[in-house]
Amino acid sequence: MDSVIFSVSQLTKYIKEIFDYDDVLNDVIVKGEISNFKLHSSGHMYFTLKDNDAKIRCVLFKGYSSKLKFIPEDGMSVIAYGCVTVYERDGQYQLYCRKLEPEGYGSLYLAFEKLKEKLDKEGLFSEERKKKLPIFPRKIGVVTSSTGAVIRDIINVSTRRFSGVKIILYPAKVQGEGAAETIVEGIKYFNSRDDIDVIIIGRGGGSIEELWAFNEEIVARAIYDSKIPIISAVGHETDYTISDFVADVRASTPSHAAEMAVPRFDELKFKINSYQETLYKCLNNKIKKDLLYLGSLHQRLMNYSPNNIILQNMQYLDNLRNKLEHTVLQKLTTSQSQVELLKTKLLNIGSNVVLERRSNFSVLVGKMDALSPLKILKRGYAFVEKDEGIVKSVNELDIGDDIILHFCDGNVKCNVLEKMEVNL
Amino acid sequence: MKEQLNLNFEEAIKRLEEIVKKLESDNLSLDESLKLFKEGIELSDYCNRKLDEAERQINIVLKGSNGELIETEFNFEEE
Repeated sequence: MDSVIFSVSQLTKYIKEIFDYDDVLNDVIVKGEISNFKLHSSGHMYFTLKDNDAKIRCVLFKGYSSKLKFIPEDGMSVIAYGCVTVYERDGQYQLYCRKLEPEGYGSLYLAFEKLKEKLDKEGLFSEERKKKLPIFPRKIGVVTSSTGAVIRDIINVSTRRFSGVKIILYPAKVQGEGAAETIVEGIKYFNSRDDIDVIIIGRGGGSIEELWAFNEEIVARAIYDSKIPIISAVGHETDYTISDFVADVRASTPSHAAEMAVPRFDELKFKINSYQETLYKCLNNKIKKDLLYLGSLHQRLMNYSPNNIILQNMQYLDNLRNKLEHTVLQKLTTSQSQVELLKTKLLNIGSNVVLERRSNFSVLVGKMDALSPLKILKRGYAFVEKDEGIVKSVNELDIGDDIILHFCDGNVKCNVLEKMEVNL
Repeated sequence: MKEQLNLNFEEAIKRLEEIVKKLESDNLSLDESLKLFKEGIELSDYCNRKLDEAERQINIVLKGSNGELIETEFNFEEE
């Protein structure tokens, strides 16, 4: 049989392949105690897991180690999730962890899920059962540790929002042995009083074990039985506990719980004052509307008052009278204008007649002027007078007759010397 | 006003809201309106007074020597 000679690398590589193709080794969960724990400056964690009889080297790379909710230390019992493979350079097989949990975590988680399912089935989380928070709580009961940030945050936030707030603290153990019992006592105590308007139960962030009291069934049932609304504020935003599910309201942090419980003073004031304003406005509107309606009714009533009827009749009478006067007046003016027209016509005719007469007259005067004997005389003619009569023929004269010759500017006495007849 | 002394703040606000809604709905007699208005003003005054009267008080519940629970002032150190 020919022996094959491997190089170290080849052999190691072969071994690694066997590891890598193994289903169990690829996805393994190991329980053990941490020793030789080392946090490298790169953020990777190196340690050994061991039990009484064996050891395995482990590594937890930075990407996973930063997600841990606890700091591993030597002697701690943990459960590691990961795969086993070979680190060729050292010829070592190692557990490459993806996740690390303190031992007991898994069982707690299981218990949490189981209880959650059970209580959910019983209806402890039902929305219909949840009580509304009061608008203006006079007294707030707080169940938490008397030391630490939680109560301080609640007091600070509450008094900042509303300086008149009253807070009563029931100091409770919020982790460890007997914690659940004191929380239950606190809830019961506040329920035994009749002046508490809202209860806040809570604690700061921590590991699942530290928050465990709020996952206990007795706490869940005490919350459920509470007549007073309860705000549950356990751990951080991402932590969920059973009490968060049962409580009437879940707050992500204690400060948030205080914000939910305590109203802002100025907002409340504003609300009340705006209501008051609306009241005034409503009443004013109502009165204004009523007045308006009253006015219109009055108007309608007045329409039927006897006085109004008389007035209306008077007005009608006035109208009639006006009409009458108007017609008469119109007739009068028509007649008047007719008279005027006739008058002007007449006048026109009259003046025409006068004008005509006047022009005829001047023609006559002209004619008369032309015929005047004086005018003829002026042209050099003369007439003969004898015995105060005008002589028109030579036959009227005898020789020796005294005659007067009339010129235009005087007379001469003459004696007829000779008669000569002219046959014309 | 006497019956309102028994009201707590929430009840008073609730009643005030009711009154405002009723008045806004507008088919009330003048007498009713006036009555509601008066009650509303009294309620809002009462609410305002309740707010103004409230004083800050922080107490702690302690177990007495005989196991009884006693409420006393909580001297809390503020930063």
